[in-house]
Amino acid sequence: MSTAATSKSPSKIPTDKLLRLYKQMVAIRLFEERVNDLYTRALMPGLAHLYIGEEAIAVGVCEALRKDDYITSTHRGHGHCLAKGASPDLMFAELLGKEAGYCKGKGGSMHIADPATGNLGANAIVGGSAGIATGAAYASKYLKQDRVAVCFFGEGALGQGLLYEELNLAQLWKLPVIFVCENNGYNEYTHFSESTAGDVSARADAFGMANETADGQNVRDVFAVASKYIERARRGEGPAFLQFKTYRYHGHHVGDIARAYYRPKAEEQEWVSQRDPVTLHGQWLMDNGVADRAALDKIQADLITEMDAAVEFAINSPYPDPSKVDQDIYA
Amino acid sequence: MPELATAVRELSFGDAIKEAIAEEMRRDPTVVLMGEDVAEAGTTFKVLVGLVDEFGKERIIDTPISEAGFTGLGVGAAMAGMRPIVDIMFGDFLMIIMDQVANQAAKIHYMSGGKWKVPMVIRATMGATRRSAAQHSQSLHAWPSHIPGLKVVVPSTPYDAKGLFKAAVREDNPVVIFEHKISYRKVKGHVPDEDYIIPLGVADVKREGTDITLIALSSMVQVALGAAKMLEEVGISAEVVDPRTTWPLDEKTLVDSVKKTSRCIVIDEGYFRYGITGELASVIQEQAFFDLDGPVRRLGAMHVPIPFSPSLEDVTVPSERQVFDLARQMVNR
Repeated sequence: MSTAATSKSPSKIPTDKLLRLYKQMVAIRLFEERVNDLYTRALMPGLAHLYIGEEAIAVGVCEALRKDDYITSTHRGHGHCLAKGASPDLMFAELLGKEAGYCKGKGGSMHIADPATGNLGANAIVGGSAGIATGAAYASKYLKQDRVAVCFFGEGALGQGLLYEELNLAQLWKLPVIFVCENNGYNEYTHFSESTAGDVSARADAFGMANETADGQNVRDVFAVASKYIERARRGEGPAFLQFKTYRYHGHHVGDIARAYYRPKAEEQEWVSQRDPVTLHGQWLMDNGVADRAALDKIQADLITEMDAAVEFAINSPYPDPSKVDQDIYA
Repeated sequence: MPELATAVRELSFGDAIKEAIAEEMRRDPTVVLMGEDVAEAGTTFKVLVGLVDEFGKERIIDTPISEAGFTGLGVGAAMAGMRPIVDIMFGDFLMIIMDQVANQAAKIHYMSGGKWKVPMVIRATMGATRRSAAQHSQSLHAWPSHIPGLKVVVPSTPYDAKGLFKAAVREDNPVVIFEHKISYRKVKGHVPDEDYIIPLGVADVKREGTDITLIALSSMVQVALGAAKMLEEVGISAEVVDPRTTWPLDEKTLVDSVKKTSRCIVIDEGYFRYGITGELASVIQEQAFFDLDGPVRRLGAMHVPIPFSPSLEDVTVPSERQVFDLARQMVNR
């Protein structure tokens, strides 16, 4: 449980890193609020799965990674991509289907990929990237690099067979891959207790894989736990399975508004008001004298300027020419 | 196929593939091969026996029985700087790995706007008449051929198998190569002891003729050549054309042949319905309609789950006799 991480004395995290954790979470929050806005204004095609509420996991984990480490992400992937270093303007451009986007408009919200930041790609098949992350870790080991791969997935992927095949291979071959289960409690519109038998961490135990469960709303805990297992993997000591308990503030996607049939409003309100990762970390920074309200406000104000400019850039960018539809099928 | 009078070295189909893999592994240290019982066992077909002695278990890698798992792992390894060859013992297991092949490997390059590449080879087998019944006998090369982003190789001779396999390993795209199980030992032919590749997407005229074109793939090339011999005895000159890859597809060579002969049968061991023969017949009819004397005809595996009993199984696969009879009827001579 999270006690190990909490007792890991998160105050040892350097001040600049503590502020960076805050800034990155705010950036994702602001990004996603703008996605919601673009979507509801019908400027964004397709679907939008918002990461709001889960920011501490992407940020805590990715801040423990190097730029050349790998991640794979999910349909709810904007947070992971940003946390790994993606640029908001190219992200927004991709979300709007523009030529300037990360994937030239061919991938969209669920498929952001960026070799420059080690992002092997968001993946719209639940659990579908477990092999890719494990394979990147395998390559890192074979090529005698010391890069670590992180596979982000939601608790919905616990129902997918591929995940267990990869847990087996990763542990069997001691690969530097970290499986990060973001447990937000809901497989789409179904509480995970209705879909998931047994104990989540016992799954990792069954493979003899190091594992830990921690509070996904506490970014310092996430960072501490992730750092511990990422460095362990980098030393060649094998993979790990991390479960972070979290909550998705919005619906499964932006259009999922009437949610009371599967999720009580009171539950949502409790998480938003009591367990918000951005609020909690901001308060902690002030309580511990790391930053005052003005400093935090300044971080947010600067990010608002950046995000608004990024949205503007995306809106004003051209769509790809239809003639490009059959380019990039083959390398 | 070039026949060099001076070079007489013969290899079996299986040994030609092993030689291709060995040469590519010597050339490029990022090439590894992984699959079930590929190392000391040399695969269940014994095609790779000896490779582990040269390359070690770090590069000829025994995996758990976990096809989707190690195929997915291969996709990630390919993206991260390697050239894995993933060994799928029976082509029937393609269904088990299909998400990793069709939704992941095939689409990653496109979805990433051309940024990530997946240079991997998936080698699988095909072919009936081994009395292996419905889950170990299918020829499923039509499946990956249907998916944009994949290339699909169906070699018919040892010479082609070596050259095409080496080209597949050097491809920056995912390639699925279907090796015919019966051909491993049965089909022998000249294979140069040298480094050569056959580009993917170039068909080969296996036998020249003037009266009818037999377009055949994989095992059916031998069937077509056998039928052509029988036809010759009754005065009919058959041309046998082997596309060698279903995608990319060398349409021109197929169409040019039919324009010359004005008749065409497409022969494939995949299921007859919704498969390769229908696609190739369409290509011919779209591009050579006014050169045809009659409809393009097709022969493929019967639309039944492949049965176990020899008396049942043997009738599911096109035979030389069937090709001969149909060709004779079409030429009307």
